[in-house]
Amino acid sequence: MNPTKRIIVLYSIMAVLFLVVGLNQGWDVAILIFNLCIISAIMALGVNIQWGYAGLFSIGSMGFAALGGLASVIISAEPVVEAWQIGGPGIVSGAIVLILTGLLSFYSWKKLGLGGWKRISVTAFVVLFGIVIMRLFAVPAIKAIENVDPAAAGYLGGFGLPITFSWICGGLLAGGVAWLIGKVSLGLRADYLAIATLGISEIIIFILKFEDWLTRGVKNVTGLPRPVPYEIDLVNSDVFQQWSSSRGLDTMGAASILVKLCYSALFLSVLIAVLYLSEKALKSPWGRMMRAIRDSEVAAAAMGKDVKARHLQVFVLGSAVVGIAGAMLTTLDGQFTPTAYQPLRFTFLIWVMVIIGGSGNNWGAILGGFVIWFFWVQAEPIGLWIIEFLTSGLPKDSDIRIHLIQSAAYMRLITMGILLLVVLRFSPRGLIPETNR
Amino acid sequence: MDDFLNASVIIANFILIPGLAYGSQLALGALGVTLVFSVLRFSNIAHGETMAAGAMFTLLFTWWFKSMSISIEPFPTAILALPFATVLAACLCLITDVSIYRYYRKVKAEPAIYIIVSVGVMFVYSGFIRFLIGPNDRQMSDGQRFLFKAREFKNLTGLNEGLAIKTSQVISISSAFVAVGVLFWFLKHTRTGKSMRAFSDNEDLALLSGINPERVVLVCWIITAILATLAGSLYGLDKSFRPFVFMQLLLPIFAAAIVGGFGNPVGAIVGGFIIAFSELFVTFAYKRVLTYILPESLAPNSLTQFLSTDYKIAVSFVILVLVLLIKPKGIFSQENS
Repeated sequence: MNPTKRIIVLYSIMAVLFLVVGLNQGWDVAILIFNLCIISAIMALGVNIQWGYAGLFSIGSMGFAALGGLASVIISAEPVVEAWQIGGPGIVSGAIVLILTGLLSFYSWKKLGLGGWKRISVTAFVVLFGIVIMRLFAVPAIKAIENVDPAAAGYLGGFGLPITFSWICGGLLAGGVAWLIGKVSLGLRADYLAIATLGISEIIIFILKFEDWLTRGVKNVTGLPRPVPYEIDLVNSDVFQQWSSSRGLDTMGAASILVKLCYSALFLSVLIAVLYLSEKALKSPWGRMMRAIRDSEVAAAAMGKDVKARHLQVFVLGSAVVGIAGAMLTTLDGQFTPTAYQPLRFTFLIWVMVIIGGSGNNWGAILGGFVIWFFWVQAEPIGLWIIEFLTSGLPKDSDIRIHLIQSAAYMRLITMGILLLVVLRFSPRGLIPETNR
Repeated sequence: MDDFLNASVIIANFILIPGLAYGSQLALGALGVTLVFSVLRFSNIAHGETMAAGAMFTLLFTWWFKSMSISIEPFPTAILALPFATVLAACLCLITDVSIYRYYRKVKAEPAIYIIVSVGVMFVYSGFIRFLIGPNDRQMSDGQRFLFKAREFKNLTGLNEGLAIKTSQVISISSAFVAVGVLFWFLKHTRTGKSMRAFSDNEDLALLSGINPERVVLVCWIITAILATLAGSLYGLDKSFRPFVFMQLLLPIFAAAIVGGFGNPVGAIVGGFIIAFSELFVTFAYKRVLTYILPESLAPNSLTQFLSTDYKIAVSFVILVLVLLIKPKGIFSQENS
């Protein structure tokens, strides 16, 4: 089957699946899954840029998704003026000290010309000293900020800007942090880089979880503004009431679906923009260079390509895309929950999407995002249905039956694992393989 | 003098003994990771779940023995269950190897592909574990909980501070000691052990001298399964069995293996203790210790902690990342990055 035909057939199957869910479980559910599928697809595109284009093995997408979420909070949450007045100066001077420490330690590491343990100990001293000074400024400020109305605020808040603006900022923040991380870690060989990025993403989550002055930590930031109207406003508006009653629709249900559709439209436009740019990049000379680096770093370097700089570039780009998706997810949820970031869900599952969809192919990565998220959500009802069917011979109160039905939710882990393993083994290029150009 | 003794008792009670126990558990886990790395040449992301599976088997056997009222008071029943659990865990590892990893050895896959494969294995294992036993917190230990209690220690010595030693801590430390001893003896003095070391040093040479690679891999998985079951069960005995904890343990274990140099068994053990003690040292509140040692005027008001306890696990991530960036071959190597 030629590639275009394959894309059309597989995407149509996906559309039929949504139709089935819509007709059986309601359109509300179907559109909710669809929205999350789009976000997953964008994350998969980001990972695909790193792994599929350039063969960069990073398993830290969780951290960048969370940074995107943080950007949503910082951009859109209402500022807590009192906290800024009390703690602002302390936090700002702490941040300045931290940046200076970073620059100084970079200087002592790279430019002083020391070697061996001397270099390590001097740099360590600079870092420790800097941290002590930073804490002198920051700790009292943090304490003060966290004491400002801890039940409702207790953090600096954000800038109160429109939340869609945070999608761009989420990309910039994630990209900026990725630049820092990439700068120091991209020299590592494949599996060390993987472990390092896994560790770094955990550190990012830890910081977001416990720096209450910035993110409210485990108390979560709730009630972020929405880019779309609220259901209740729609229901109360005359125009909408007339419209829905003229079509014979239930006002409440129609409002809920309409709101979700608005999200879908916003998300789809981002997805299309990212896809368009990725395809452009992949087909350009730049994309060809990336594939050359992926297929043989040595050969590409011999042709005069700066492999390390290209790796850094692609790492930043991919992470920025994941950051955008992370900001969109926080927008959809309307809240920022640092504890929700689990490597299984935000790193490994995204990898499953890319591998199953077809690494190196943007259409494949998107399909992977849709298929995997769809089955991640639907594995539970499907698993339940299968188990009920299989155990229908057993009496209703049999322990085995009860246990199996309770465990149906974990079918999704097994399904994902087996899917990944089967695809890797028998069709390592994925559902929509990369086209040879 | 009493003040000094009291301070040392606090350190022993809150850092030394828990650190030794936690360090032995990490060291056993790191040994498994390091072994797979040096023989099969990939970083096994599924190792945390292998530990969880081992611990789960131990727990299942413990329940079974309890239901038949077999026990070995004052030791926890889990000790009796361990040998049976290792057999099951070894079967699990071997089934995984034959059905999954063997193919990638044959096609000589790259390390990155291996890691993705092990992510798949991790998904299946974690689903399997939750499917069998559920995600809840389970107590593994029974029998006598303390070797001696804080109050007994106070009565015995007349000090203010108590020292409590849990049975599980003693079991952790001593069984790790025995396991490591046996492992090193095996690697140094048996034919199979020597062939494993040869295989990890230079695969081609080993193959030329007639070493059967499949046999080396088989033995490697069996040892890994034993180490993982031991590590997982000991951790479960010491704290409790919660499936998701083992996923969190994966990074400290990798940190331990990498700090000492990936592929180096001695390094893995040292790394385990380095990670365990730095987690405790950095997050321990020294206030009580300092009030004993320092003159009253200097006694601190705050907790005198370097980092809040929230960051306990993060300490190991930071060490992991720092070592990878500065000395990716481990702290014992001569090269820098």
